[in-house]
Amino acid sequence: MSLIEITEVRKSYGENEVLKGIDLDVAPGEVIAIIGKSGSGKSTLLRCINGLETINKGSISVAGAQLLDDEVHLKALRLKVGMIFQQFNLFPHLTVGGNVMLSQMVVKKTPKPEAETIARKMLERVGLAHKFDAYPDELSGGQQQRVAIARALAMQPIALLCDEITSALDPELVAEVLAVVRELAAEGMTLLMVTHEMKFARDVCSRVVFMHQGRVHEVGPPEEVFARPQTPELKQFLGLH
Amino acid sequence: MNYQFEFGWLLEYYPQIVKGIGITVQLIAVGAVAGISLGICCAWARALGPAWLKPVVAAYVELIRNTPFLIQLFFIFFGLPSLGLQLSELQAANIAMIVNLGAYSCEIIRAGIQATPRGQFEAGASLAMTRFETFRHVVLVPSLQRIWPALSSQVVIVMLGSAVVSQIAAEDLTFAANFIQSRTFRAFEAYIVSTIIYLVLAILLRQALAIVGGFIFPRRTAR
Amino acid sequence: MIEFTIWDILRNLLLATRWTIVLSFVSFLGGGIVGLGLLFLRISKRKSLRSLARYYIELFQGTPLLMQLFIAFFGLGLFGVDVPAWLAAGLALILWTAAFLGEIWRGCVEAVAKGQWEASASLGMGWLQQMRYVILPQAMKVAVPPTVGFSVQVIKGTALTSIIGFVELSKAGTVVTNATFQPFTVYGLVALIYFALCWPLSKSSQILERKLNVAHRNH
Repeated sequence: MSLIEITEVRKSYGENEVLKGIDLDVAPGEVIAIIGKSGSGKSTLLRCINGLETINKGSISVAGAQLLDDEVHLKALRLKVGMIFQQFNLFPHLTVGGNVMLSQMVVKKTPKPEAETIARKMLERVGLAHKFDAYPDELSGGQQQRVAIARALAMQPIALLCDEITSALDPELVAEVLAVVRELAAEGMTLLMVTHEMKFARDVCSRVVFMHQGRVHEVGPPEEVFARPQTPELKQFLGLH
Repeated sequence: MNYQFEFGWLLEYYPQIVKGIGITVQLIAVGAVAGISLGICCAWARALGPAWLKPVVAAYVELIRNTPFLIQLFFIFFGLPSLGLQLSELQAANIAMIVNLGAYSCEIIRAGIQATPRGQFEAGASLAMTRFETFRHVVLVPSLQRIWPALSSQVVIVMLGSAVVSQIAAEDLTFAANFIQSRTFRAFEAYIVSTIIYLVLAILLRQALAIVGGFIFPRRTAR
Repeated sequence: MIEFTIWDILRNLLLATRWTIVLSFVSFLGGGIVGLGLLFLRISKRKSLRSLARYYIELFQGTPLLMQLFIAFFGLGLFGVDVPAWLAAGLALILWTAAFLGEIWRGCVEAVAKGQWEASASLGMGWLQQMRYVILPQAMKVAVPPTVGFSVQVIKGTALTSIIGFVELSKAGTVVTNATFQPFTVYGLVALIYFALCWPLSKSSQILERKLNVAHRNH
């Protein structure tokens, strides 16, 4: 039984079709790396799963929640999948604790004391419990991204979408974020990540999806995809790295 | 409401309206050209000019920006004659608009100059240009381009503000509307018609400024 | 003929200044409330509401305030109501102020990074929740300097109400001039009083703006 079902998804911006019929099923606990050149549609696919972009054709469902373009359905879907962004997108006017508590209280109507307990627990998980009262601009990029992960986890999603979450980080800060993701994977969280960290993809992921010109060009376990690429496009892509 | 709208007077009074439009257009044309020129000089003085000139220009700018145009107009038209400076209604209106727009455009253009990358001044200096030559040939046009939308908005604001020159009997569009309403007692219609004309003038002026902008700054990507 | 001292003139002008202040305050407050409504229309998801607010703003920003005053003053009279000058003045200034504040605030809302909308959406928040907890708190911070700055335009705008006969500072200036035949002194003083009202607001707007920019650079 798949957790995330993506069927025949098409998406265009005006004349420009960026997703040309994507099929992908994700089982619970799978960790999937989506790789490909920029413009291949990989970020768009991720954003579609969360309803940040509306799709033109096809269907997406997460644990039975259909992606439909109205607030009720979107909310139901977004309660099941969390998203982490390249630019962190922490709320600058709230403390770290406030960032992690806000949506619990507002969306889930969790009482404040309970929300705070959960927030502290999640921050503990990403190793930032001591930063509870700091503001985002007082943290390093790596720390901000870990807070963003804690914020998504506090909603207790059954899957996480990670959109190039280390691309905006200085090289020395990448490891601390990836360590958190690695731990999540080990705990059985379902993860879909767009990434350029090939080594990480090889070590951690259960499957690798190579996208090219709006299509899934090749899929397979990392040892196959990286060791024996079938198509010239993937060969060329890997050669560049 | 038993009021019957009546626009028949338009036929009789259109010469007044046309004349009023003419004066309003003349006022803003002169005001814009002279006012922006004054603004450029003042912006240069405030940003790059000699130290003694800066506070003088700053005082002028602050004084104008923090007092109503109506009072500036009254001061020039009613107040200055006691210093022996007698002005016609139109002259007073023209001067008031130039002085007013000069102050506002000074601030807008100064912001454009200050947004110039430092390297532009240094490049000018390294090519043995004087500070003024650098300003004139290197800094000015990109600065104006940077703030042209803001400057255009200000010109439109000043044009709409010019409606008050009717209060010193300069025969602009508002003056025509007042004249018609006093003759026909059709106040509402007279003001609605002139309001629509102002709206059209504002739209046309905005477009004209965009065209002028495209003419002065043919390269869009220059920063 | 009675001799007027500078002090007599100043006292009369200052008495009238009260009404300039009251009218400015009412216009700013009322304009703020209507402006907030306009802001919500302007950024709503319904296209028809957005266009409605846009036309309103274009209309009030594209025509002279003086004409708006005339229409309020003479136009309301058509409904058989005898409109006192203060009512027409207040009404026109409120509607005019709302158009500008609504547009200023829209800019502030749009200045909030797109990622903030996306992050809050991905956490399951609805539009109202996003606005209430994430977008407006940030937009309000940016909105303070230009809003304070616009209050100066409102104060200066009240001068036009003298033309439809509301007695405030400018009208008092004209009345006193007609009594004293000293236009240079009287209008000079009027200008200085306006300056005393407006300049502190202009200055604080500038200072707030600078502070905000510094805070932003530290991010």
